[in-house]
Amino acid sequence: MQAVAIPPFERFYEANRDAVYGRLVRRLGRQRAEDAFQETFLRALRAYAALEHGEHLRAWVLTIADRIAIDQHRRSRPTEELPDLPVEDGRPAYAQLAPLTGSLPPKERAAVVLRYGYDMTYAEIGAALGSSEEAARQAASSGVRRLRGRESA
Amino acid sequence: MTVPIELDRRFRDTAASEGLLDVAYDLADSPVGALLVAATGRGLCRISFTPDEALDGLAEAFGARILRVPRQLDPVRRQLDEYFEHRRTEFDLETDLSPLPEFQRGVLTELARVPFGQVTTYGALAGKIGRPRAARAVGGALNRNPVPIVLPCHRVVGASGSLTGYAGGLDRKEALLRLEGALI
Repeated sequence: MQAVAIPPFERFYEANRDAVYGRLVRRLGRQRAEDAFQETFLRALRAYAALEHGEHLRAWVLTIADRIAIDQHRRSRPTEELPDLPVEDGRPAYAQLAPLTGSLPPKERAAVVLRYGYDMTYAEIGAALGSSEEAARQAASSGVRRLRGRESA
Repeated sequence: MTVPIELDRRFRDTAASEGLLDVAYDLADSPVGALLVAATGRGLCRISFTPDEALDGLAEAFGARILRVPRQLDPVRRQLDEYFEHRRTEFDLETDLSPLPEFQRGVLTELARVPFGQVTTYGALAGKIGRPRAARAVGGALNRNPVPIVLPCHRVVGASGSLTGYAGGLDRKEALLRLEGALI
């Protein structure tokens, strides 16, 4: 079976921007939805080149939007002050992963980046990549094994 | 819920300024019809007479991270406007021909030297690149010119002086040569 081709980003953006914006407005209100909207599509753009096929892109981008909405929601309640995620050199985790994972097979790379760079659950990764939760778990773990093997070699 | 225009514009500009795009593009009106103009970080990479069909080809050549960002194409649109309004005879734009085969890049580099308002022939151009018998291959390379108008393949005609062919259609070739005063 032929995999669904990844559309030029413009088409993906046009097809999904209103749905993402609507979801974020409902969750965060109009004002805060604007920053979250931009962050959602910037994040999608950063991950876009690692996508393997064009299936379930709506589910994928809404998942990103939901996670950003949750983060924003937490941040907006200062009494709960959550510590920032540890970031070694000031770059976000997904940026640090990029040079390490570049040579992994595409499926493993996507799973590793989405799991450890974006902190998505295996169920979400499975949905985003059009496979199952279990397949996502296996791809991430064999990617990590491959990286470890390379490190010790 | 429709995304506010200002928010949409801000996302597009940010995506480009953060260097996340393979290609930025825009649409432009011109006397020879609607054009799609596109650029990578290295320069102008596409002018298309068929905007609706251009994105897939761009994705294949440069990657799928393609977004319409009008601001990134401001200099291109401005220079095209000036050209069509008879206020410009030479384009001052970098081009990105990196996905093209070497032979085609050679042909297009030589083509860029044909001045405004003049015409040359496929055979003469073939001679200039040291392949005098390759007129037909030169024609093929010009037919797939990714940045027509700016790289002036409309200035290349058959040995008999007939217009011969143009990927954008002979009407457009004739209109461009007329604009340049090369046809009476």
